[in-house]
Amino acid sequence: MGKLQYALFTGCTAKESTPEQLKSTYAVAEKLGIELIELSEASCCGASHLQDYDDFLSLVLNARNICYAESRNMTMVTICNTCQLNTAMTKHRLDNDPELKARVNEKLAEVGLEYKGTSQITHFLYAIIDDFGLDKIKEMVVTPLSKFNIAPFYGCHNIRPSELQNESHKNPENPYVPTSLDDLIIACGGVNVDYEEKNKCCGFHVELQAPKTAAILTGNALKGAIDQNADLMVTPCPLCHLKLDTQYGHASHAVGRDVKMPILHMQQMVGLALGCTPDELGLEHNLYGKVPFPA
Amino acid sequence: MSETITTKKVTFKVFRFNAETDYLPYYNEYKMDVTSEEVVLDILNRIKWDHDGSFSYRRSCRHGICGACAVTVNGRATLACKENLHGLMDLFGDELTIEPQSVKRAVKDMIIDKSDFWEKHDQIQPYLISHIEEHPEMECAVSPEESEQLLEADLCIQCGACHYACPVVEVNEDYIGPAAFVKAYRFEADVRDEAHVARLETVSAPSQGVWDCVKCFECAEACPKDINPIEKITKLHNMLFEERVFKNPVAERHAVGFQHSIARHGLLDEGELVRYSEGNIGVLKHVPVAIKMYKKGKIVLPWNMPKSDKLDEIKKLIESSSTSNY
Repeated sequence: MGKLQYALFTGCTAKESTPEQLKSTYAVAEKLGIELIELSEASCCGASHLQDYDDFLSLVLNARNICYAESRNMTMVTICNTCQLNTAMTKHRLDNDPELKARVNEKLAEVGLEYKGTSQITHFLYAIIDDFGLDKIKEMVVTPLSKFNIAPFYGCHNIRPSELQNESHKNPENPYVPTSLDDLIIACGGVNVDYEEKNKCCGFHVELQAPKTAAILTGNALKGAIDQNADLMVTPCPLCHLKLDTQYGHASHAVGRDVKMPILHMQQMVGLALGCTPDELGLEHNLYGKVPFPA
Repeated sequence: MSETITTKKVTFKVFRFNAETDYLPYYNEYKMDVTSEEVVLDILNRIKWDHDGSFSYRRSCRHGICGACAVTVNGRATLACKENLHGLMDLFGDELTIEPQSVKRAVKDMIIDKSDFWEKHDQIQPYLISHIEEHPEMECAVSPEESEQLLEADLCIQCGACHYACPVVEVNEDYIGPAAFVKAYRFEADVRDEAHVARLETVSAPSQGVWDCVKCFECAEACPKDINPIEKITKLHNMLFEERVFKNPVAERHAVGFQHSIARHGLLDEGELVRYSEGNIGVLKHVPVAIKMYKKGKIVLPWNMPKSDKLDEIKKLIESSSTSNY
């Protein structure tokens, strides 16, 4: 097998409020020998909110992003669940509706682009599990995370709607009993924690619109993990990470108890197991908690 | 043509509760041989007919039309008369837990108090509102193209699967919920309906309306009729801008703010989005968290905002492809 190569769609968050996620993505890719070519031309995916305002515009912008993966002849890899949702949803809609695809391409032609539908779109989590291989990751672990009970937090937009997401997965994930992140935790030598909220919503998307709902959902997730003796939580989504890592104050208040716990990006966890230094993984950016480092 | 009928052993854990006599719910366990032909409703019937006549559940049509027999299996919304047991075993293995749609609303076993569901429907005026002449001179025709605009929202059987799968319904009793939103869309998209703005105002009011949707797609996953409620919720959002129904400024500006930001940077300016959505006063409540984030290097200052390459392309596309205005 040659070296794996992907076109990396960073999304916005990795360039702003979660710089540690971008850093740890590159660190893990380097350890695994995966080449990531950044789609520097890409715009914001609209995060499901632009879609509420102007659905057609969001299709055009997302199709443009995909065009740049197509022109490089590569699979697009996302590192944000919501980028994954909106990009894969655009692909799904355009690939299944020739009339819509023609309307979008009419606009893209104005800037000399054409959406063809030739690139696959997958989240980095599934790229390293399915394409690189869980067994190979396991073999490369130098610092097993065996001291830790790790709670996986999947994030809605990687697992639902399952029909759409399974178009991008080699191994279909059951949205009611997802296993990918659990498997990754085990491969890194950690103990995976089973708890009811692992496949539930963190409330990020209504942080401003419905703060009370958002805080309860975050609080419930953290509470659920803590009650099952989790030492830390890990998530593949930077938006979930932001919500769980930076909003624990509101969350604690909403559920009436202290629900602080260290939250790691999936890449940071894998990086720790593969022997990256805390600095290489940007751990100093994580807001709460002394992030435990396996000695 | 017949397929071979196979049999598998299943352990069922079945939720039991009688609100009149029980302080807490409990679970009964049944080990059964289940054939590849049986659906969940067959098991409910077998429990009642062969094991315990007091076991209670709703059932009626047995053809996926009446929506009465909706329950959950291992947390997954399930229309009991539709869902094949061997299919569920492929998803969950040989231990299946059957529970009512909402444990906290249980009245007796699988039967729940569904009054909240119907009250939410009432709220959105779930009927055609139209001024029709008593003696019309011509028919009120709806073309096939126009009826396609309903996007099959009229196929909803009101089973409640999406409503009780919704995490917002669970934590906010004002929230109208996905099923009633689908119903609202069904009439909003009907060319004969004249209630447009009045119904949209109900559908968009703070705390109860579509702006409180967390976009988790639980409703899309739960619907046994593949109606995709969140698609209708997005359509309702679009209609709010088309009809200029603005009841929730923070949420509206939050959606519009993405376009502003993309036009300036290609990427989203996170800090500016919060300021624009909340306004100059409202944004102050986010300052304490913002300071913590700043100290950790998580806030990009406006003059350091990264930009997408080929930003001129993005600007041009926004100019030529925008279909909405605020």
